Amino acid sequence: MHRRHFIGGAAAAPFGFGPDAWAAVSDEGPRRLIVILLRGAVDGLNVVIPYADGTYYQERQSIAIAPPGKPDGALALDGHFGLHPALASLMPLWTERKLAFVHAAGSPDPTRSHFDAQLYIENGTPGQDTTRDGWMNRLLLVLPGPRGATDAISIGPTVPRILAGKAPVATLPLGSNGARPLPLDQPEIARAFDRLYSGDDDLARSYREGRTARAELISALSKERQIADNGAPPPTGFPGQAARLALLIRNHPGVRVAAIGLGGWDTHINQGNHNGQLADHLRPLGEGLAALARGSGEAWQDTVVVVLSEFGRTFRENGNRGTDHGHGNVIWVLGGTVNGGRVYGDWPGLAPAQLYQRRDLAVTTDFRTVLAAILERHMRLADRQLEAVLPDAPPTPQELARIISA
Amino acid sequence: MSDGARGRSRFYWFFAAAGLLIALPSLLALGAEPVPDQAVVHLLNRLAFGPTLEEVRQVKTIGVERYIAEQLDPDSIPEPVELRWRLAQLDTLKLNPVQLRQLYGPLRSLRGFKPNPELEKAQRERVRIILRDAGEARILRSLLSPRQLHEVMVDFWFNHFNVFSGKGLDDVWIGNYEQQAIRPFALGRFRDLLFATTKHPAMLVYLDNALSTAPGSPGARGRQKGLNENFAREVMELHTLGANGGYTQEDVVTLARVLTGWGVNQPNARAFPEHAAVFEGARHDYSPKVFLGHPLQSRGKAEGEEALDILAHSPATAHHIAFELAQYFVADEPPQNLVERLAARWLETDGNIREVLRTLFASNEFWDSSGAKYKTPYQFVISAVRAAGVSFGNVQPLLAAMDQLGMPLFGCLTPDGYKNTEDAWLSPDATTRRISFATALVRDRPSAVDVAHLEAIFGSAMSDSTRAALEESPKGLRAALILGSPDFMRR
Repeated sequence: MHRRHFIGGAAAAPFGFGPDAWAAVSDEGPRRLIVILLRGAVDGLNVVIPYADGTYYQERQSIAIAPPGKPDGALALDGHFGLHPALASLMPLWTERKLAFVHAAGSPDPTRSHFDAQLYIENGTPGQDTTRDGWMNRLLLVLPGPRGATDAISIGPTVPRILAGKAPVATLPLGSNGARPLPLDQPEIARAFDRLYSGDDDLARSYREGRTARAELISALSKERQIADNGAPPPTGFPGQAARLALLIRNHPGVRVAAIGLGGWDTHINQGNHNGQLADHLRPLGEGLAALARGSGEAWQDTVVVVLSEFGRTFRENGNRGTDHGHGNVIWVLGGTVNGGRVYGDWPGLAPAQLYQRRDLAVTTDFRTVLAAILERHMRLADRQLEAVLPDAPPTPQELARIISA
Repeated sequence: MSDGARGRSRFYWFFAAAGLLIALPSLLALGAEPVPDQAVVHLLNRLAFGPTLEEVRQVKTIGVERYIAEQLDPDSIPEPVELRWRLAQLDTLKLNPVQLRQLYGPLRSLRGFKPNPELEKAQRERVRIILRDAGEARILRSLLSPRQLHEVMVDFWFNHFNVFSGKGLDDVWIGNYEQQAIRPFALGRFRDLLFATTKHPAMLVYLDNALSTAPGSPGARGRQKGLNENFAREVMELHTLGANGGYTQEDVVTLARVLTGWGVNQPNARAFPEHAAVFEGARHDYSPKVFLGHPLQSRGKAEGEEALDILAHSPATAHHIAFELAQYFVADEPPQNLVERLAARWLETDGNIREVLRTLFASNEFWDSSGAKYKTPYQFVISAVRAAGVSFGNVQPLLAAMDQLGMPLFGCLTPDGYKNTEDAWLSPDATTRRISFATALVRDRPSAVDVAHLEAIFGSAMSDSTRAALEESPKGLRAALILGSPDFMRR
């Protein structure tokens, strides 16, 4: 049997195996993957709301989102699920079928520690904390073609675990003054430091990558300025970062992967319902994702964005109008090659016996199978390459593989 | 940073004079073994936020052993007048949590008075004074205090017991948290540190224990209707046992029940009006419990203290924190054997932090690890300013540099605190920004930092490659090159 079920399907195999595989697809443009990590565990049951499950309203008295059609209700998705109303800006993408969700997805590891669970979704090996590099860095290593200093972008001042590893990663603080001139941009100063950092150690490499990346990014962002300066100040927070990222990939299509971590999802108290804490965090996220889709132009056709979190939250509301650490969650997938307008995954239900340890949404889809579908069908990895990126990942169910249109 | 760095050399001379006063008595200690430059710089890179010229001279004069002994006994080291004077200006450091909330917390409606939106906005602006004072105090002490190891341990423990200024009233309490819950115990007994942080209102709010309530108890109502697991999980995972410390989900729930009622007093409470953190028996779960295999007596507040004692004295805690100390002071992947010895010393001394550190600083692993650690942004910025010997009347440019490097002071959202490992901080952007900070620090001021000053500090501890690059470079850039060198990125 093939390791991937769907590889056997006739139309589903876009390329052959072996070293010549890439020749077959060389006429297609480079594909791009952006990952947004919601650190702190977003409450997926209030993002894609199972309003048709009666127990949902029994167990979430103060934080439930009303069903579609009711005041402040969820936005209808498919007759069973609704979207949090703070994510209204994403509905056009859903209607265009460029946005999909995979519900009851998560890690096979049962930990409820934020830090262990984040490590596992970032290193791609649940249960194994000895894997030091991130799966997105391993992805860079298997992608063909010359490797540049700005193939990978970490949006923020540091490199998160998911991007850490041998391949260079540029950090791009996409704040309002990320491209402001630095002393090191002056040629005389740069010459002196070039000598000091001419070695082959990791600091010298990071120095050279930093100088190259800075030059490339500043050039791409100065084009941005001409566009963005059209009178209005750029938006702040994630919508602003997403708009800048969109312009960056439009002007600089060499970016193959990018990642950003967003915090503030650990809603143990006062989570809110259609408005409140969670809504206030979802709204700019939705607006930013919509801005990314809108602003990246043609590059959107070659881009997939995945939004995921380390685990879900308890099904039952806790004693402080919040939720505690849980298990299953929802993964968001959007982009030009996405077969959207659908909620994928096997819904396990919310009756007590259906819950994981009688308290959390169960995991019926291993997060790695969602990533594997994207890596194989969108990023066009062969089995062998996929094995290097996500070792020992289970096979992707054929149904889930359709989340990317071949 | 260039604007703020200008014209702030006046305090440097005070500091230099104070340093000399400390060094004087030790001139009597003739006959101490000459200490190699590498050992001096290594010692000050780890027990201090990097070397200053004065401290280099001091270590060379009194010797390594006496320096370590003094640093482990910070009360024996007088604080310079300048530091005391500058700290004395920071009024909010002197207030207790109740006063801080009264003066800086949200305005409350009282009889005949309802605050309007403008007043409320002004009050929110006022809170910034607290963060400014707390930030200034931390930076000044890190830069100027001769009790450097104590300051280093404040950095270590604050991250171990992190709270975040953006959560609830923690913007009001974060400075007091450092003053009252961290500082007094940084070199003392771990148990005292655990008790002080757990009982501080900043922690009770940050990890939501303040609202955790026994369901159905007389005090359960409104948004205080039931259990909250947040603190109970993190106190075991992060503060004591460690993620692999052998507790279960059931232990998390049990500890949450044990700690129900450990909360924050009402602003206008009649009972204990002088306390911001209180035990509210009406919200406590008095049913019998078994925690980590120990049956607990139903004793209200004392039951929580018993549970904390179980955690403080657990071998898993000893091991977890021994690992963290070895990681902070020796290497990102610390030698297993050293961790075992530190954990053993911890258990022998009932979690005496001073004694565990004494063992650490005497170990070969410590002395063999020179340059093995990549500085955090905080360590880099502070050590650059200390080595340069420049002074800052306004520390805002230093705080801004830490923000840009991704480590805003008091701004770590998550309870694991900031990491101190290379993989967390080394990035291409970090390297270019650190170099740029160092360059601006030594050049953008009326009298540029003299390269001779830095050469006197590092002496033969400077690497050959850095020395070679210096000789090929314009004189005016050499000081910047030393502080922006690969040597200086590490400690």
